[in-house]
Amino acid sequence: MSDAAVEVSDLVKSYGRVHAVKGLSLLARAGEVTALLGPNGAGKTTTVEICEGFRRADSGSVRVLGVDPAAADSEWRSRVGVMLQTGGFYPGARAGEMVHHLAALARHPLDPDALMERLGLSSVRRTACRRLSGGERQRLGLALAVVGRPELVFLDEPTAGLDVQARRATWELIGDLRASGVAVLLTTHAMDEAERLADAVVIIDGGTVVASGSPRELTRGGAEGQLRFTAPTGLDVTQLLGALPEGTSAVEQPPGSYLVRGVIDPALLASVTAWCATHGVLASDVKVEQRTLEDVFLELTGSELRR
Amino acid sequence: MTTPTPAVPGLDLSPSPAAAPMSRMLVAQTLLELRLTLRRGESVLLTLLIPLALLLFFSTVDVLPEGSGPPIDFLVPGVLALAVLSTSFTGLAIATGFERSYGALKRLGASPLPRGVLLAGKTLAVLGVEVLQVALLVAVGFALGWNPGGSTAAGVSMVPATLLLLVLGTACFAALGLLMAGALRAEATLAAANGMYLVFLMLGGIVFPLSQLPSAVARVAELLPAAALAEGLRDVLTGAGMPWAKVVVLAVWAVLAGLLAARTFRWE
Repeated sequence: MSDAAVEVSDLVKSYGRVHAVKGLSLLARAGEVTALLGPNGAGKTTTVEICEGFRRADSGSVRVLGVDPAAADSEWRSRVGVMLQTGGFYPGARAGEMVHHLAALARHPLDPDALMERLGLSSVRRTACRRLSGGERQRLGLALAVVGRPELVFLDEPTAGLDVQARRATWELIGDLRASGVAVLLTTHAMDEAERLADAVVIIDGGTVVASGSPRELTRGGAEGQLRFTAPTGLDVTQLLGALPEGTSAVEQPPGSYLVRGVIDPALLASVTAWCATHGVLASDVKVEQRTLEDVFLELTGSELRR
Repeated sequence: MTTPTPAVPGLDLSPSPAAAPMSRMLVAQTLLELRLTLRRGESVLLTLLIPLALLLFFSTVDVLPEGSGPPIDFLVPGVLALAVLSTSFTGLAIATGFERSYGALKRLGASPLPRGVLLAGKTLAVLGVEVLQVALLVAVGFALGWNPGGSTAAGVSMVPATLLLLVLGTACFAALGLLMAGALRAEATLAAANGMYLVFLMLGGIVFPLSQLPSAVARVAELLPAAALAEGLRDVLTGAGMPWAKVVVLAVWAVLAGLLAARTFRWE
């Protein structure tokens, strides 16, 4: 496919006896943000570092901009922007010097000062890199990744440790990159980040893909949902179920709080309230709860996404 | 759904990838390395002030043994060797060790900069600092009455052999420094590089001759690169002829350390 920036299939990578990646496949396209979502140790960074050419795959096929990253040359590197998870600067260099230096390595770079202003780094231009705060280092790493105007950027946990404003500036820049036709592949374990930024989400756990799709597809998957309401204790739940479609379940738990699970659509909501009306029951706090990516993740992996 | 925010004027994020010309990358890398080296206080102390202080101290305080000619003839070659040692070994090893631990080398590995150009930039920066050191030390030497070969013409004729030894010494010590920095933690490199600096200073025939050492120690010291460089420079600059044995010692160290460094150097 012409707009495929990253194509990985059946990727396998072990470190000694530890199987970090076990047959992983993914696709990232130009003009889209693809999020690799997973807990620590899921294999996200290993996968990304293989795509960046830092590590070699044991087996499987990896094509980044049509090239095997293990055979990367200078020209390929200029097409790929990389944000490292930690560090990535000369300790004694000033932040501005680092951005200007990476710009000097590219033929048509962004204006380093405008980029730093955009990321809220203007005030630390003359600060030694080793004295930057964690959040400033993160944004410096992002600036270094994009200053050469690459067509694909890898961002490893781009907003880890950022305050709200810095996170917003980062999100906006990522949105602009996408709008400019850049392919963005980022890793995160922040649900809201994947939900808000990504066109495609690839959920990874234990070195394999457990689900992928757009955030909407993933959260709508199976159309399962739940409806919760509060009413007097001791309602006849079995009788309520009789008024609802097959495959629906209902429990009172805790007393006075009722939970209906199944395909929650307008008709079902109407049936529940109609049954309450015929039995003279006033239901309050009626709430339809949709699945979030976090729910999807918990169902798929049974583990917590955040540390 | 979010709508794309218009790009800030002057910040066109649309892809336009291309590596800068190789020559521009080399210039940028060399200048950055030079600036960073000259900015580090400890590196200026190590590379400029200590050799200069030793030259001034030992040329005015008479502690050298009698009968080996004017002290300045002995001292200038020694401090020139020390200058090479401090820049290409101690300074390079410490800086590279910390760059590695801060991910600078990994970062550059992900940029269009080829590794060869990175190493060339580092080498040119080392040579640039050495030019400064040599100019300063030779000028001070002249001011203190140093007159190699006894005439300008004789002095000039010594230049090619001197440069050969300086370059060979640089290659040898840079390989040793990179070997250490590429294998050890930054903190361990810092300690070891300073420790070896002291060992080389004492056993290198730099401020006092090897003949002052116990003979067993002297025999080992002769095989170390510091003594080979210092005594080799001294042979050339006192008109004792081309010290081929010392050239061989330096070359063997350079090749061995270079091969080992190339095999073991870890960029992360």
